[in-house]
Amino acid sequence: MLDYITSYLSSNTTPGQAGNVFWATVYILVVFGGISVAVMAMNWLERKALAHFQIRLGPMRVGPHGLLQPIADAIKLMTKEDIIPAEADKFVFWIAPLIILCASFAVYIVIPFGPTHAITDLNIGILFMLGVSSLSVLGIVMAGWASNSHYPLIGALRSSAQMVSYEVAMGMAVVSAVLMTSLHGLGPYGVGVGTSGTGTLSMIGIVQAQQEQHVWFLFKFFPLGFIAFGIFAIAMVAETNRAPFDLPEAESELTAGFHTEYSGLRWSLFMLGEYAAMIAVSSIAVTLWLGGWYRPFPNTLTGETWDLVFSLFPGLTFLGLAAIAFVGVRRMPKHPYFRVQTIGLAGFGAVLGLIGLILFVPPVRNRIQDIFWFVAKVAGFMYLYIWYRATFPRYRFDQLMKVGWKVLLPIGIGVLILTAILGVVL
Amino acid sequence: MPDRTMFDLKPTDLKPADTKTDEATKYLSHLELGEPDKTFLDSNELIINMGPQHPATHGVLRVILKLDGEKVLGTECVIGYLHRGVEKIAENRTYTMFNPYVDRMDYVAAVSNGLGYCEAVEKLLNIEAPPRAKYIRVILTELNRLASHQLWLGTHALDIGAMTPLFYTFRDREEILKIFEKYCGARLTTHAFRIGGCQYETYEGFERDVIKFLDFVPPKIDEYEELLTTNRIWLERTKNVGVISRADAIALGVTGPVLRASGVKWDLRKAQPYAAYSDFDFEIPVGTNGDTYDRYTVRMEEMRQSLRIIRQAVDKIPEGPIMAKVPKVIKPPVGEIYHSIEAPKGELGYFIVSDGSTQPYRVRVRPPSFVNLQALGIMVRGALVADVIAVIGTLDIVLGEVDR
Repeated sequence: MLDYITSYLSSNTTPGQAGNVFWATVYILVVFGGISVAVMAMNWLERKALAHFQIRLGPMRVGPHGLLQPIADAIKLMTKEDIIPAEADKFVFWIAPLIILCASFAVYIVIPFGPTHAITDLNIGILFMLGVSSLSVLGIVMAGWASNSHYPLIGALRSSAQMVSYEVAMGMAVVSAVLMTSLHGLGPYGVGVGTSGTGTLSMIGIVQAQQEQHVWFLFKFFPLGFIAFGIFAIAMVAETNRAPFDLPEAESELTAGFHTEYSGLRWSLFMLGEYAAMIAVSSIAVTLWLGGWYRPFPNTLTGETWDLVFSLFPGLTFLGLAAIAFVGVRRMPKHPYFRVQTIGLAGFGAVLGLIGLILFVPPVRNRIQDIFWFVAKVAGFMYLYIWYRATFPRYRFDQLMKVGWKVLLPIGIGVLILTAILGVVL
Repeated sequence: MPDRTMFDLKPTDLKPADTKTDEATKYLSHLELGEPDKTFLDSNELIINMGPQHPATHGVLRVILKLDGEKVLGTECVIGYLHRGVEKIAENRTYTMFNPYVDRMDYVAAVSNGLGYCEAVEKLLNIEAPPRAKYIRVILTELNRLASHQLWLGTHALDIGAMTPLFYTFRDREEILKIFEKYCGARLTTHAFRIGGCQYETYEGFERDVIKFLDFVPPKIDEYEELLTTNRIWLERTKNVGVISRADAIALGVTGPVLRASGVKWDLRKAQPYAAYSDFDFEIPVGTNGDTYDRYTVRMEEMRQSLRIIRQAVDKIPEGPIMAKVPKVIKPPVGEIYHSIEAPKGELGYFIVSDGSTQPYRVRVRPPSFVNLQALGIMVRGALVADVIAVIGTLDIVLGEVDR
């Protein structure tokens, strides 16, 4: 038994590939727990960042700087009355949020946080991902239909039309990235010559192809990879129903769209699914175009010293966060009313600092690096999501369709064709 | 099946006279006739209630929408959810007592409402407010116009999905409300004016505060414009949306920025100057297409023109009394009067009939929101649900004024 557990540690593959059920379970728990925590953190960050865009403070009451707000929200949602409308189709109404949740969480099975830090590595990884993540549209349609109400129905129909049409453009962008794994033409500034790639659909394979070709696919065949990435970046916002493509839940038009009739825990499942899906599609983007878990400048800044410098980043980041927390402690009002909050914030800072220090320890440092860079890149996308939401008005339905079918899709096909031609010619 | 030919009609093709016999109205009349309510399974039409509780109907407006998918076949506005009988209340109050009630109609532009009422009663009494009072009135009214337009911009942008301008406009509107509060103690329903002038002299440092505000706000207006005016999505959402032609606008009696955006240069401040408006130099911005974007640009420009008027008024404000000689008990002679002013939303008229007693025999208000709202049907026909929201926002209605 112990052998069974320890045998995996010496292997160089993901637990899924190694067929080690124990470690696979551990990974599943860690990843899903991590995603749930990330969703909560994202919830807080979004409210805070959005508030600061809008000259507000955001949550400030529950915990220091509202740090405990997501927990308070979760408790509130769980204890809320769970209403199922009398006219609703109860079974479908009940199962719809679960479908969305499962669809957006199942995607994480193949997301590579590092060369071995994935639950498993499928040889059709990217296909699996696109397929599973598009299942969530089913949940939305079911939710809208089962509510037996007009606004949710319109929201659900909008959503299905939107997701289906953006998936096509998204698919074109993904295919051009997959194509790049087997093409080893010129990268920008001449880098990326000489190595031969083998075509692959595996998520880990795609990242490794970028390493072998010494180029992020974002920069490959210069404007082409960039355009494909741009198409994906737009389509993924539409795919996750976020502003400016948040038509299915357009608050000012359809009150809350497909989840108008939902409340309490069920509603929070929708939210959980939505945020998990956001992280998932951002992970796809990072994997396909931004070099996955690889640190920035692996070609130009090479050597032992640079490796060391970049491996210090995780610890430094946490120390930086701790420093921010301690600045917050200093700036807390001195009134006794704030004493508990001040202590809490100091404790939070201390925990962050401790984590930072642990991340400096060499064995940890080397193992955590990959995950750190992956998460940092995804976090950049998360910030973009918030930024979009604060800046853009909402598209109208027909305009959204126009952008999807008449702009993104032709460009996507064009990029795909050009990528193929360039790959052959160069 | 809905009649498909009507989809080819542009909203501008429909004359107001056609609306009675229009196909869409015919479909809508089923609602009234009590025909059994078809569910969406049985027909292609969908009747949905937008409001009275809806985030984007600016209060308690209820719009019954007849939809084919997302296309609007027809609309029917159901109003009256905020009806408080203001006009009837007037018949049981003295002229002075009724003055604060008018602030509760368009609570976003309470100062304008008060100005219209006070001037109407003054006309009836045949007295005139002293010049200083007129200047104070102009300053406060124009500040209120700015506040009203800022609130409109914030909510309109929010309806279209841009959240952020709302907070910026509220931040700047706050400065105006602070001036109001310092002047008369109230922020929203100010009751700033009295019949015959103003009750309060300006406070110490009033001019300084106003000038400080005048210097503060133009960059902020640029900031709103930066977020919206050239934003691609904003342009797509507003251009050629909710078009109302010049002829239709005139025929429907639409006034204010909605009328001016259709290319009619009609502003009561210029056409029939009241208060001290004839002393000031300002432009009337007009649009050309009569679409939502033009209404947006017209209002943005109006904000700047208001600032111009305020600056001139503060520079030229004369010394002197602030109250005309008004009898203790206001008893206008028998007669009737109609007086209208350019409120932020359009022509705000008061028709007052006096029977010689201390109470008006009848007060009839011509609220700009109510009249402008009548254009909703024409503006959204054949458009999408999202456009209904945009059009309700661009009409800048206040339900307190629509229902009274």
